[in-house]
Amino acid sequence: MTSEADDLSERDRPSQSAFEILRKGISTTPKLKKGLALTALAAVLSACGQLAIPILIRVAIDRGLQPGQQPRPAFVAISCLITACIIILVFVLSRLTFLRLVEMTEGTLFDLRIKAFEHVHRLSIAEHNRSRLGTTVARVTSDVEQLAKFFEWGGMSWIINGTLLIGIVIVMAAVSWQLTIVALLAFLPVLPLVKWIQKRQLAAYSMLRTRVGETFGEFSEAISGGQTIRLYGLQKNAKKKLFNAIEIQYKARMKAVRFFAVLFTLGDVFGAVALSSIAVAAVTQQQTWDLELGQVLAFVFLVTLMTGPIGHLSEILDQTQIALAGWEKILNLLEIPIEIFEPSNGTILQAGPVSVQATSLCFAYGNGDTVLKDINVSIPAGIKVAVVGETGSGKTTFAKLLVRLADPSSGSLKLNNVEMQNVDAQSRRGAARMVPQDGFLFNTDVQTNILYGKPSATEAEVIASVRSLGLEEWVGLLPDGLKTQVGERGESLSVGERQVVALIRAQLADPGLLILDEATSSVDPRTEKALTGALYRLAEGRTTISIAHRLSTAENADLILVFDGGKLVEQGSHTELLGMKKKYANLHASWVGNTRLDR
Amino acid sequence: MTTPATEDDDGTDVGSSAAGKVLAEGARLCLTYVKRCKAIFSIAVLGAAIYGVLLVVGTEVIGYATDEILIPTFDSDAERGSLGWLVAALIGISVLRSSGVVMRRYFGAMTTERNNKHLRRALGETYLDQSITDLKARPTGELLAHADTDVEVSTMLLQPLPFTLGMFVLAAAASISLLSIDIWLLGVASLVFPATWLANRIFTQKVIAPASKVRKAVGDVTAVVHESLDGALVVKTLGREADEVQRLTESADRLRRTRTQIGRLRATFEPTLDTLPSLGMVAVLAIGAWRISDGNVTTGQVIQAMILFQQLAFPIRIIGFFLEENAMSVVAARRLKKAFKVSAPLAAAGTETLDKGPLIIEFNNVTYGYGNQTVLKDCSFQIDKGEIVALVGETGSGKTTIAQLLFGLIEPHRGSIKIGNYQLPEINSEILREHISLVSQETFLFADDLKQNVKLYRQIDNSEVDKHAKTAQADFVNEMPGRWETLVGERGVTLSGGQRQRIAITRALVGDPGFLMLDDSTSAIDPILEGEILEALRKNLSTTTLVVAHRLSTIKLAKRVLFLHQGSIVASGSHEELLKNSDYTDLVKAYERDSK
Repeated sequence: MTSEADDLSERDRPSQSAFEILRKGISTTPKLKKGLALTALAAVLSACGQLAIPILIRVAIDRGLQPGQQPRPAFVAISCLITACIIILVFVLSRLTFLRLVEMTEGTLFDLRIKAFEHVHRLSIAEHNRSRLGTTVARVTSDVEQLAKFFEWGGMSWIINGTLLIGIVIVMAAVSWQLTIVALLAFLPVLPLVKWIQKRQLAAYSMLRTRVGETFGEFSEAISGGQTIRLYGLQKNAKKKLFNAIEIQYKARMKAVRFFAVLFTLGDVFGAVALSSIAVAAVTQQQTWDLELGQVLAFVFLVTLMTGPIGHLSEILDQTQIALAGWEKILNLLEIPIEIFEPSNGTILQAGPVSVQATSLCFAYGNGDTVLKDINVSIPAGIKVAVVGETGSGKTTFAKLLVRLADPSSGSLKLNNVEMQNVDAQSRRGAARMVPQDGFLFNTDVQTNILYGKPSATEAEVIASVRSLGLEEWVGLLPDGLKTQVGERGESLSVGERQVVALIRAQLADPGLLILDEATSSVDPRTEKALTGALYRLAEGRTTISIAHRLSTAENADLILVFDGGKLVEQGSHTELLGMKKKYANLHASWVGNTRLDR
Repeated sequence: MTTPATEDDDGTDVGSSAAGKVLAEGARLCLTYVKRCKAIFSIAVLGAAIYGVLLVVGTEVIGYATDEILIPTFDSDAERGSLGWLVAALIGISVLRSSGVVMRRYFGAMTTERNNKHLRRALGETYLDQSITDLKARPTGELLAHADTDVEVSTMLLQPLPFTLGMFVLAAAASISLLSIDIWLLGVASLVFPATWLANRIFTQKVIAPASKVRKAVGDVTAVVHESLDGALVVKTLGREADEVQRLTESADRLRRTRTQIGRLRATFEPTLDTLPSLGMVAVLAIGAWRISDGNVTTGQVIQAMILFQQLAFPIRIIGFFLEENAMSVVAARRLKKAFKVSAPLAAAGTETLDKGPLIIEFNNVTYGYGNQTVLKDCSFQIDKGEIVALVGETGSGKTTIAQLLFGLIEPHRGSIKIGNYQLPEINSEILREHISLVSQETFLFADDLKQNVKLYRQIDNSEVDKHAKTAQADFVNEMPGRWETLVGERGVTLSGGQRQRIAITRALVGDPGFLMLDDSTSAIDPILEGEILEALRKNLSTTTLVVAHRLSTIKLAKRVLFLHQGSIVASGSHEELLKNSDYTDLVKAYERDSK
């Protein structure tokens, strides 16, 4: 229940510094750098213009409207005209920068989102099972959204306000280098303080992102578990859990806000300190530094100009931290190693039934739990195999290895005598298909779900597959036939119906090796009838390996594999194994005893 | 997943994009939010006001420093003001001004976050309290997006609000001062306001449509991501990774395009907001110079006007920023409003309680349908105390609807349901949950340990759990390394389908319900185990039981069979008796075939 265990991006990860995140982030999304030079140039120019505007106005007032002197309207008018031109120029440059940044931002976010999503899909099923769905969804959606605000706005603001600050300091130095040093010295203590706050603020935002992920998890559970919650009247408890997550998220947010609130104070107070220091220095050092009144007044003006960009930067720093915290989560997600690497130049499997060879095959989870021990079996092409065994015997893991949902820890597993790791991914997916017990369907109609088995297929091919499995009647009885909407996860259909859809999908894909995790021992009669017939026809012309829950499946198989405690304890035909009077014979006896009570 | 059909329900119709209407909607929104935390919001506004006032005072102090200290320093004749006082004033004002900022930022954020919290809780409440039909009407991912970004965006306008209100004070003060100097100069200044206003109107009108599209696109992206990751195993086994990426690419691209559209509008609008006050300032200077040369105003007055105008520019910028956020928030709030809508509220819960022990169940002429499709029609049956009855019927005959009606997940359109001695609506819903249990074909396990998944926060002894686990063949848990403390994922992914169902049956048995319904709840359990479970149920339980039966052996465990055909119970009796019904015989034949 610890948050770390729920969150793919959190495991075994020390928090990183802002610089590290930025460096990794930029190298992950090269699009960020594309055209950046020109954007930055436009931003810098725009900043220079922004700096020139108040200075020009100041000059116009100082030179044109000096109290006690004759006003110079012409000078003021020309100054105003120049300033107006610069204002327009700044507008054009700002707009250009903005436009370029928008394009870049949206492109980058799009790439990052797709990249994270792609990566999650490449992770092993075991990795998926270790995390909470809602939390992972938050990484690809909510965390990416956090970056949007920063990229669109923050990036440019850093450049503009940074340029403004540097520009002001340069002008200051031109006016009086001594006073500049005084002003900078006054600001110096801000740096370590800002760094100190920044680190804590980043940690606070990182925590907030974790909390957001948890709230996502709770919401996701409250929605997906809606039926169970209603059946057991668990609303009160579910609300308590959900509200708790929301409250924790709120507190995490408010903690991060504290740093945001304080940051501005630093700039403002130290601005005052700088101003005071300058006043004191000007009064006391006037003679030694040979200062003139104009110099000092210009200086005071420049220091007040600094408060603008400093205030902005304190806002942007906050947004930057929010973005960095989200970015870090996404980067961590991207760093989770992919366990299964597809060969780049893999062997293409021949069309037609596939044979399977397992030699000293072992499988253990990362934590050392051994699931399969020393499995040796050779399955010729085109036969019907039934895998039997009790729950936890390793039969499901064996099936998973056959479609490379995981790689063996040792030993070898071959398809058509080609080592599994060397088989081309596309070819393997076409040749070996698994129909999982979990009858998950996508929230669309039956036909589209079937087409997912072979996206290139036509509607006629779908209908042909239905016909070849003898399921026209079954399809005809669905409310809208092939166009029947199946609902989220396929929940509008019964479990049995979902598996029938999965079987049609497999028939359409026409794999040489079909691995079937028989889901249903008990479905409604019409579906049962449809399933039985479909299973029988589906097996024709290919190798089928069924994790059998059905007596008939085992009895009709050419080869039965009996798993017990992770070992393959018996293999042979039905009659052979019955004759051995061991594990299979026992299983069969109790099976018969149950199923044929009515005989 | 199709866009055109849902386009018009997202507020993209022209009528609602009128800038005035959007502003009024935003104002109402602000009022609602602020009402929730008046005190906190007031502190934030106070902070903004303090900041505004001290901004003016700070300018005065700098003016004082110039006139009384710096100039006299270079003019030996003049008397110089106190340097100590100046430093104290500068730093003191800055500290005060900063505390104003701290107040505004902290309490402003608190106002926003409290409202976010409130909205999230209200959404959670809606999701948990609305009918299951309402809940399932939208993809989970979309509901998640409501709780995340929609909530956040809908309160975004609160962030600049305290500042905006505080700045109005400053703007008013500055305007009055300007008026006292020269009407012409005020005229120029006041031109900037309507110009900003106009810019905002144009922006709002243009941004509303893409902004609501963005909200929708974010919802779609979340829905695609959620569904796709939910079905990760199927995606893998189908080798659909690339297609799923393509699917996300499509919806993410829609999001990118609409957001780029908004970005382009902002790229014009935001620099405009910066440009208008600057141009105004230049205009004040130019006109000021002209007025001086005509002798209408003095140089000092123009300089003062410039300073005042500079102070005005800031609030104008802030108000513009607020108006920009306003449009985005209004759009998100519209979306949330729809999420809060409950189509058919369930009738108020009754107050009657039920006695412990087996319950009588009665359906009297119950009719129910979805849209114009009738699922149950005048469906009537009765189950006696302690009876074990099998419910047999084809898919779509209404078995699951019967379950949903019995458990109050939906309500009959006509007819009545009686449980124990009371009509269903008369019974207190919490009491009802304690006395009846349904195991449905979907087994949902919470992200918690197995024990909590069985107990579900009810006061239950461990020995009770063990006892019922044995009945449900769920004692396999005792052989697991973590035993009952084993954590299971969101859908209990570490367990097989059969194991999950056994846990679900244990969960239903715990608490000794007076009525138990098993709806396709053994679909993933080996026939051997299924038989053993049903046998144990028969032996150990004295509860009224309704089993949706698909296997002959199961049917035979029941004394009586109810045959549901085309939405009504057409026959009731023992299996042998029912064989006279040809529809029934057709239906059960399929089993025999499987057993061969």
